[in-house]
Amino acid sequence: MVRITFRTDLCKGCGLCAEFCPRRIITRRDEFNALGFLPFEVDPGGECTGCGACALMCPEVAIEIGDAENGGVAV
Amino acid sequence: MKLLMKGNEAIGEGAVRAGCRYFFGYPITPQSELPHYLAWRLPEVGGVFLQAESELAAINMVYGAAAAGVRVMTSSSGPGISLMQEGISFLAGAELPAVIVNVGRGGPGLGNIAPAQSDYFQATRGGGHGDYHVIVLAPASVPEILTLMQDAFDLADNYRNPVMVLADGVLGQIMEPVVLEDSCPATIPAKPWATTGSEGRTQNIINSLYIVPQELENHCLKLAAKYESIAEDHTRWESYETGDADLVVVAYGTAARIAKAAVNAARRRGIRAGLVRPISLWPFPSRALQKMARRASAFLVVEMSLGQMVEDVKSALAGARPVHFYGRTGGMLPEAREILHRLELLQEGVNSYAKELWPTASADQ
Amino acid sequence: MPKNFGRPQALTSNPFHYCPGCSHGIVHRLVAEVIDELGIKGRTVGIASVGCSVFSYNYFDLDMVQAAHGRAPAVATGLKRALPDRMVFTYQGDGDLAAIGTAETVHAAARGENITVIFINNANFGMTGGQMAPTTLLGQVTTTTPEGRNAAANGYPLRVCEMLATLEGVAFLSRVTVHKPAMVVRAKAAIKKAIQAQLAGAGFSLVEVLAACPTNWGQTPAGALRWLEENMLPAYPVGEFRSWEAC
Repeated sequence: MVRITFRTDLCKGCGLCAEFCPRRIITRRDEFNALGFLPFEVDPGGECTGCGACALMCPEVAIEIGDAENGGVAV
Repeated sequence: MKLLMKGNEAIGEGAVRAGCRYFFGYPITPQSELPHYLAWRLPEVGGVFLQAESELAAINMVYGAAAAGVRVMTSSSGPGISLMQEGISFLAGAELPAVIVNVGRGGPGLGNIAPAQSDYFQATRGGGHGDYHVIVLAPASVPEILTLMQDAFDLADNYRNPVMVLADGVLGQIMEPVVLEDSCPATIPAKPWATTGSEGRTQNIINSLYIVPQELENHCLKLAAKYESIAEDHTRWESYETGDADLVVVAYGTAARIAKAAVNAARRRGIRAGLVRPISLWPFPSRALQKMARRASAFLVVEMSLGQMVEDVKSALAGARPVHFYGRTGGMLPEAREILHRLELLQEGVNSYAKELWPTASADQ
Repeated sequence: MPKNFGRPQALTSNPFHYCPGCSHGIVHRLVAEVIDELGIKGRTVGIASVGCSVFSYNYFDLDMVQAAHGRAPAVATGLKRALPDRMVFTYQGDGDLAAIGTAETVHAAARGENITVIFINNANFGMTGGQMAPTTLLGQVTTTTPEGRNAAANGYPLRVCEMLATLEGVAFLSRVTVHKPAMVVRAKAAIKKAIQAQLAGAGFSLVEVLAACPTNWGQTPAGALRWLEENMLPAYPVGEFRSWEAC
């Protein structure tokens, strides 16, 4: 089980994660974060495989991936 | 051990004895014998000599080595020192210790390779951008070069500030007897701020960028306090025959040696002349001059330039006494008999007029 | 792709100030990951340059030295000569490295200085508002070439890797890009090799990273990566220009 965490407080809404997600399960939220951006996040219920493409492309180091035991959203 | 040593080589030997083990520099007349000397002397003591591709690169290599916590120096003249000004400003802003030697030559521009003292403003007024000072030491003999090089490295480390040793082409080239004691290894203070790799502690940052204006002001105020402390404790000068002097000559470096001969000649003619030789050009010995103004009637500043230190003398005396100037520039040397001639004229002026009156001539060639 | 992917130790927790979609963030992370993996965080000193990455001393949790514009390879030289067993790297943009710093770059490489240069090429002077850089492409519009760079007035782009490849003192030279996940993985491998070459005492290493500058290119973040692929890759071919392998 993959645990993936999106630090939406660090997100600048660049959308590169969504651009490169092979499953197209990352989308933009409707509420601004404290930085004034509309952050991106993995959809709950989307079947994340932990491929890490999003994490590789994220310029803010805002995406963390781990085993289910290490915390984060289990998707 | 007593030997005859060339000024440029004494600069290098003095540095090595002070614990300097790194030199980054570039050839330029009249100081090239210094890098030549260090090219074999530094490897002899396990140090590093590297000829850089330019003075611009050299001063930045000095910056990097200083950040690493070692004693490091560079040297140049005229145009090369101008190229180093950005780096010197960065050293001062980042509070890094380093010694920069200027063996002065004729300027401005390419000028020539003959000796001059026309970099006084550049040395003492910052030279580079921003609110900072470089400690400036001016030797007047080859033996004094050896002691001032030790002082330069000590001051640089103690205050985390660049220090300039301002010599001139005469000093660089002459040979004088020196006594070299068996040296014990120099004591170098610990530098916990150096960037040596952060193992076992938090990161050290060497930096001069303070993007928030209030922070930069605070930083500059901290530097200012440091400069006040240096001025309080490390202002240096030599007084020669000033105890009862009526006419005080003010000169540094090679000009002071020539002036001393003139002072001696004046004394033989019954003129009560004396010499103040600033050894620290920054901080400038203003107070020493002010004290002398109580007894002296006039001051004569002698420089190998169109007159730069004379402004500091005038500023120190604040109009209390007349300040005259005699100088030669472009590599020409002031002559002792010309200085004597002016002392004689001044003496006549003193005899003819009451002490409160100002002589008419204020600057002569 | 390792199962666990988190913030490297060699980065501080400070959020980056870079524009959305700027490649600096990716490359900072790659450099930090490599430092972590090689276990050299405590004996690394980074030289920050002048450009958008001027504050990199706030992002790398390493001893850092801020250098004047273009001078980082000289500063790195001084520091490495004083501390030869530390890993010393510079992180420079194209204005810093290829304009004002060309001499320092060439001579550090010619001397074979055992330092690693991370060179971010985004074809403009980013921090100061998108002016032409030596790496700006012909026809590219910048704030100082409003009609597009034209060869008669402004000459041709500088290819740093090709230029440095003529020098014997260079141990490893690679040009990479970060416009796709697979390329990011290769970029990291190149950075790792460059640092390993330094640790092996092989000489000068440099990795040129083709990077996006969405703000000054007038693109969206994803659009900037497409622009990079279409325009920069043909002008700056990726690949190893001087190869090195760990024995």
